[in-house]
Amino acid sequence: MNDLPSFVISTLQATVRAGTPLLFAVLGTIFTERSGVMNLGLEGLMLVGAIGGFMASYNTSSLVAAVLVAMLAGAVLGLIHAFFTVTLKINQIVSGLAITMLGTGISGLWGKDYIGVIARRFNPIKIPLLSDIPYIGRIFFEHDMLVYISFVLVPVMWFVIYKTRAGMTLRAVGESPDAADAKGINVFAVRYLFTILGASITAIGGAYLSLAYNSMWIENMTAGRGWIAIALVLFATWDPFKALIGAYLFGGITALGLRLQAIGAHISPDFLKMLPYLLTIAVLFFTSTDALKRKVGAPASLGVPYSREERT
Amino acid sequence: MKIRIEKRLEIPRYAGIIVPVISVAVALLIMGIILLVFFVGRLGNLSSAFRETVEAYKEMLTWPFANRYGLFSTFMRMVPLAFVALGLSFAYRMKIWNIGGEGQLYMGAMVSTWGALFLFKDVKSPLIMIVLLSIVGAAAGAAWALIPALMKAFARTDEIVVTLMLNYVAIFWVDYLVYGPWKDPKGYGFPGTAPFPDQARLPSFFDDEFHIGVFIALAVAVLLQYIYRKTGWGFNSQIVGDNLLAARYSGINVRNYTIIALVVSGAIAGLGGAVQMMGVQHRLQHGFSPGYGYTAIIVAWLAKLNPLAILLVSFLFGGLLVGNDQLQMFYKLPMALISVFQGLVLFCLLGGEAVSKYRLAIVKEVPENE
Repeated sequence: MNDLPSFVISTLQATVRAGTPLLFAVLGTIFTERSGVMNLGLEGLMLVGAIGGFMASYNTSSLVAAVLVAMLAGAVLGLIHAFFTVTLKINQIVSGLAITMLGTGISGLWGKDYIGVIARRFNPIKIPLLSDIPYIGRIFFEHDMLVYISFVLVPVMWFVIYKTRAGMTLRAVGESPDAADAKGINVFAVRYLFTILGASITAIGGAYLSLAYNSMWIENMTAGRGWIAIALVLFATWDPFKALIGAYLFGGITALGLRLQAIGAHISPDFLKMLPYLLTIAVLFFTSTDALKRKVGAPASLGVPYSREERT
Repeated sequence: MKIRIEKRLEIPRYAGIIVPVISVAVALLIMGIILLVFFVGRLGNLSSAFRETVEAYKEMLTWPFANRYGLFSTFMRMVPLAFVALGLSFAYRMKIWNIGGEGQLYMGAMVSTWGALFLFKDVKSPLIMIVLLSIVGAAAGAAWALIPALMKAFARTDEIVVTLMLNYVAIFWVDYLVYGPWKDPKGYGFPGTAPFPDQARLPSFFDDEFHIGVFIALAVAVLLQYIYRKTGWGFNSQIVGDNLLAARYSGINVRNYTIIALVVSGAIAGLGGAVQMMGVQHRLQHGFSPGYGYTAIIVAWLAKLNPLAILLVSFLFGGLLVGNDQLQMFYKLPMALISVFQGLVLFCLLGGEAVSKYRLAIVKEVPENE
C-alpha cells in the first residue's frame, strides 16, 4: 500500500466494473416491478444472459450479436414468467423461483461445452478527452462499451419512467391497474411488455460477467448477484439513479474485498466473500418497514395479479 | 351448443393428486424433448438420438428404485430432502417464504461437527452423543432462522432475500472451516474435517448403506402431521396463512407465530444437517449438499405441505437425484439437468393448479326471443 492514491483509484475503477452487472439487473427489474410484476428469477435471467452472450460471441465473434442473444434469452424467460403470472395469475414468488431453477439448469446444460474456451470479449476503450480528467477519467472512462451503455441507460430510463407517456402508463399499471384499465390501457399488454423488456435488460448484466468481467463461462457464475440485485431494487426505491448508487456501493464492497485479498490482508477470503451478502441483509433491514415503502413509492400493486373478474 | 371456459366454484378433491401427477409427467415429457435435442446434437441423427433418450430415461427411472444399491442410495438422498422440506412446510403454511433451507442445513451440519469433534469429544455413549448432536444441530438451524425471523417480526423485512443471502454466508463459513482451522491434517489436503468418532455415527444396516435417519424423518413427519391436524397451533397457523387480517382480528399474535414458524422451520432443517453428518458424511466437507435446500422447496410444494406426502415426494425426488447421477456417469450428461427438471416440474405444477381452477362447460344456446 505504498502508493495510496493509485490503490484507491484502481479500487474505484474495479468498483464500476463489479457494479455494472448489478446495475443492469437492477435497472431491468425496476422496469418489471414498476408494472406491478415481481420477478424473483433474476439469478436465472442473468445466467441465461451470460451463457447466451458467451455462446453467440464464441460462434459469431460479434459482440453485438452476443448482447442481442443474451437479451433474447432473457426475454424468453421473461415471457414465460409473464405468461404464468399475468395470464395464469399464479404465485409470483414461486414462478420467480422456478425461473431461477430453469435458468440455472439451462445455462448449465448449454454451457457444458463452453467451459474453458475463449470467446471474443469486450475490451476497454478510453474515451478521448473525458479519460484525461484527473482521477475521474481513470475511474469512469477507461471501461468497455457495456459500462458506457449502462451510464446512458440510467438517465434514459429515468426520463422514460418519469417524463414520457409510456412511463406514465407503466406507473399507472403498477400503481392502480383498475384505474388504468378503466382509462383504456391494456394492463396485460403493458405487464407483458415490461416483464419481457426488464428480463432482457437484466440478462445483459449476466452477459457482462461472461464477456467482460470474467471473460469466460463458469457454471453458476452469477453467485447470488441476482438476489443481491433484488435487494438493491428496494434500496433504490425503483429509481434508476439510486440504482446506480446502490450497484456501485455493492461493486465497491466486492472490489475492496478482492483488493484486500490481493495485497495479502490477514482476513480469510471466505469472510471477505460474505461481505456483499451481509451488506444485502443490512440494506434490506434498513429499507424494510411498510411505512417507509409507502413513502418511497413502491408500486402499490406489486406482486398482485390483475384480474378483470375481481375488479373492486 | 358451444363450449366455453368457466371458473369452477369448487376445486374437486381428486385434483390434489391428479394435478401433481400430471405435472411431473408433463415435466418428464418436456425434459425428454430437451434430452432428445441434446442427443441429436451429440449423435447427429434423430433415430439413434431417440433410442438413446429412451435408454437414458429407462435408466434414470428404474435404476434408483429397482435394485438394492439404487434403492439404498435413494433412501439416503431422501433423508436430507425430507428434513428440509418438512421444515419448510412449517413456515410455508403461514405463507412465510423460507428459502434458507440450504443454509440452515449447513449450519446444523457445521455445529454438529463442532460437537462431534471438539465440544463433546469425551462423550463415549453413542446414545447420548447422538441426542446431543441432534440438539445442537437443530439449535444451530433454529438460530440461523432466528435472524430473518426477528427481522421480519420487528421490522417487516422481507424474509425471502434474507434467508437466501444467509445460505451463501453459511456455505462460506463452512468453507472457511474446512479449508482452514478444521481441516483434517491427515486429509491429504482434501477440504474436509477429520472423520466423526464411532459413537457419533447413526446406527446403520446393510453394510452401512442404510441408516436410521429415515426413521427419525418419519417420526418428525408424524409429529408435524399431528400438530397440523390436532393442535391449536396447527389451526391458528393455517388461519395466518389463509387470511392474515382474520388472524389478527381473532386475536392471534402474528408476530410470535412468525418467529416460531421460522425458528422451528430452521430447527428441522438443522436437525437434517446433523443427521446427514452422523448418518452419511461422517465429516464436514466443502459442498456436501448438492442443493438439497432448493430441491426441498419443490418437494414441499408438490406435497402440498402435507408431512406424510413430503416423505413420499422426497423419496421420489431422492430417486430422481440418484437417477440423475447415473445419467451423469453413463451418458455424460451435465449435472444442471436436474435444475432444468426441477424448474419444469414447478412450472407444470403451477400451471396445472391454475388450469384446474377452470373447467370446460358445454352451454346450450338459448333462443333469443324467449
